[in-house]
Amino acid sequence: MTLLQAYPLQHYLIIGAILFALGLYIVLTRKNAVAILMGIELILNSTNINFVAFARYTANNISGQVFAIFVIILAAAEAAVAFAIILNIYRNLKSVDVDKADDLKH
Amino acid sequence: MQDYLWLIPLLPAFGAVINMLVGRFLPKKLVSWLACGTIFGSFVLSAITFFGLMNLPTAQRVIDKSFYDWISFSGIKISFAFLIDPLSIIMMLVVSGVGFLIHVYSIGYMADDKRYARYFGFLNLFAFAMLILVMGNNLLLMFVGWEGVGLCSYLLIGFWFEKKENAIAGMKAFIVNRIGDFGFALGVLMLFWYGGTLDFAGLAKNSHVFAPMATAIGLLLFVGATGKSAQIPLYVWLPDAMAGPTPVSALIHAATMVTAGVYMIARMNFLFVLTPTAMMVVAIVGVTTAVFAGTIGLVQNDIKKVLAYSTISQLGYMFLGVGVGAFASGIFHLMTHAFFKALLFLGSGSVIHGTGGEQDIRKMGGLKKYMPITFWTFLIATLAIAGIPGLSGFFSKDEILWKAFSSHNGHWILWVAGVFGAGLTALYMFRLVFVTFYGENRDEKHNGHNSHDGHNGIHESPKVMTIPLIVLAILSVIGGWIGIPYVLGGGNHIEHFMEPAFASHQEMTMPAESHQSEAGLEIMLMVVSVIVVLFSIFIAYYLYMKRKDLPVKIAQRFPLAYNLLLNKYYVDEIYQALIVNNLLRLNRLLAYKIDLGIIDWIVNAFGKGTVGVAFGSGWTDKTFVDGAVNATGQAVLVSGEAVNQTQTGNLKTYLAWAAGGVFVLVILFLLIIIS
Repeated sequence: MTLLQAYPLQHYLIIGAILFALGLYIVLTRKNAVAILMGIELILNSTNINFVAFARYTANNISGQVFAIFVIILAAAEAAVAFAIILNIYRNLKSVDVDKADDLKH
Repeated sequence: MQDYLWLIPLLPAFGAVINMLVGRFLPKKLVSWLACGTIFGSFVLSAITFFGLMNLPTAQRVIDKSFYDWISFSGIKISFAFLIDPLSIIMMLVVSGVGFLIHVYSIGYMADDKRYARYFGFLNLFAFAMLILVMGNNLLLMFVGWEGVGLCSYLLIGFWFEKKENAIAGMKAFIVNRIGDFGFALGVLMLFWYGGTLDFAGLAKNSHVFAPMATAIGLLLFVGATGKSAQIPLYVWLPDAMAGPTPVSALIHAATMVTAGVYMIARMNFLFVLTPTAMMVVAIVGVTTAVFAGTIGLVQNDIKKVLAYSTISQLGYMFLGVGVGAFASGIFHLMTHAFFKALLFLGSGSVIHGTGGEQDIRKMGGLKKYMPITFWTFLIATLAIAGIPGLSGFFSKDEILWKAFSSHNGHWILWVAGVFGAGLTALYMFRLVFVTFYGENRDEKHNGHNSHDGHNGIHESPKVMTIPLIVLAILSVIGGWIGIPYVLGGGNHIEHFMEPAFASHQEMTMPAESHQSEAGLEIMLMVVSVIVVLFSIFIAYYLYMKRKDLPVKIAQRFPLAYNLLLNKYYVDEIYQALIVNNLLRLNRLLAYKIDLGIIDWIVNAFGKGTVGVAFGSGWTDKTFVDGAVNATGQAVLVSGEAVNQTQTGNLKTYLAWAAGGVFVLVILFLLIIIS
């Protein structure tokens, strides 16, 4: 009874879906920009779980794992850029509430 | 001997080009020297060529020198080539010799003209064209010269174009000649069509090829000759051509250009001998013109007009000569006529020059004592043209009359008409002499208070004008001695000299009987014509010297005839009424009714139709195409207006939309997979 037989692929996918839904919920409901960023991190991690799982269960190479590593690096970079933007929003608006940053409206 | 032939026409051409292009910047002396020098060079070269020909045996006196092939395709070859034979060498000598004298004379006559260089340029150009005409070895080259002299004639008649009449006279000469040239061109084309070549030598060799068409071709060529040589019915331009400077009248309208038609017929003798009909037409037209123009000359009062009609009349004699097959006699008369008629014109120019531009003989008179050289030379020329025995005109004219009487194509009626014409000639020429040079001067301008140093302002012309007169007078006297007929103990050299050129009709001109039996008759006819001439001179003397009241009385007695003659038989008016006005009417009809009315209407209708179509097309364009484009734009604007409400600037809204979109896409995706 190996690990692969004990926990089929669907379990991982369900975990990923739950994580994704949570992240999306956070992104859509929080006002705080940092919280939204955390939600985005959750979404990214959910996709990482999917990548790794699919790689392990269906493909016979490690491209999924490699992709996941890329996503992690990109998430770090994105977080850095996002924090810089958030810092600028804070300096301009004296808050990090994304609903206040509505200068782009028509 | 043949290396310099090309120089003969090109020397005057060179002079013409220089004088016409840069002459006005050159000193007058240089212009005169250039013009006279080039033509004199031509004359010298012609003379050298002549002596070269004389040294050859009679049978070989033909030089056919080709310079390059002018037109050459599909078996047709027309060369730029010269044919030098006894006929063309005589013409060359006359053109360059008399031309040179007239060039010299012009230096004096045109001395004060403001377009001096242009005049000499034109005169040189004329000499060039005329030499091409007589030297060309084929009809096309001859035609080039033929048109060239026509052009120069037009340019020089209208030389003083400030006066409208002069310009009109030039145009008239050009247009009337155009009619003749059209016939000539048609004749040339027919000859080419049937004969297959235009070289004189080639045509003469194969004259049987076009023999069936000879009459038509001959008559068409003769139409050209009537235009260029001022015969009925196309003579009307020549009297008007006297509008040009007098030396021009002498050179172009007396000595050279107007004889081109005679030369052409003599040159085409091999064609004309095939067609007695055309020959008869030539002879009859010639003799009719001779008499007709002579009667008009009797009553004209303009000194140059009298000479113009005299020229027409003398040309008629030449055509009578060539028309009865006496080609050599026609050319002989052409030559002598060139001498004395050029002299008469130059003399009249000298008179006009001396009296300060007067041309009306009624205002002259008594010029004998003021202008002795002019008078004597004029008198010699008059005696020559009247046919006083011993002078040039007598030999050449009587030769023609004798041939008209005796040759196969001749007829005694032609002779009678010719003799009558000779009488008329003597009558009007001596009237001219008596009225102009004898008696008292009748011009108020010169009589009375403004006369100075006793000679009324009338003066003899300068030497540069009188020397050519004297030279021409000498030629008028001795010019006929090369053609003294056998019956008078001469050798008739000129006819023998020209025989090779007219080889085709030896059998025609030689009377059937021997010379001996006819000699008495020939002498008798000569005596008759001389008596007629002397009688005419006596009548002229009686009317214009003794009984000066008589001419007026005669005129009053027969007003109808006098007016008819004075108005030149109203030919100009008849032409005006019948041809010119009808042509103008036709042109107006064509222009205003047909062209403006119908053709322009069609064109305009097309234009209007196009405008209509374009209008419709434009409307369609604006309405539908532009409408579609604008509608698209409008739709985009409206939809943009509608959609831009969604742009709230709220990040979370956007995210929600994006997530919703993804959700919808996933649902669709799943549905597609399931189905």
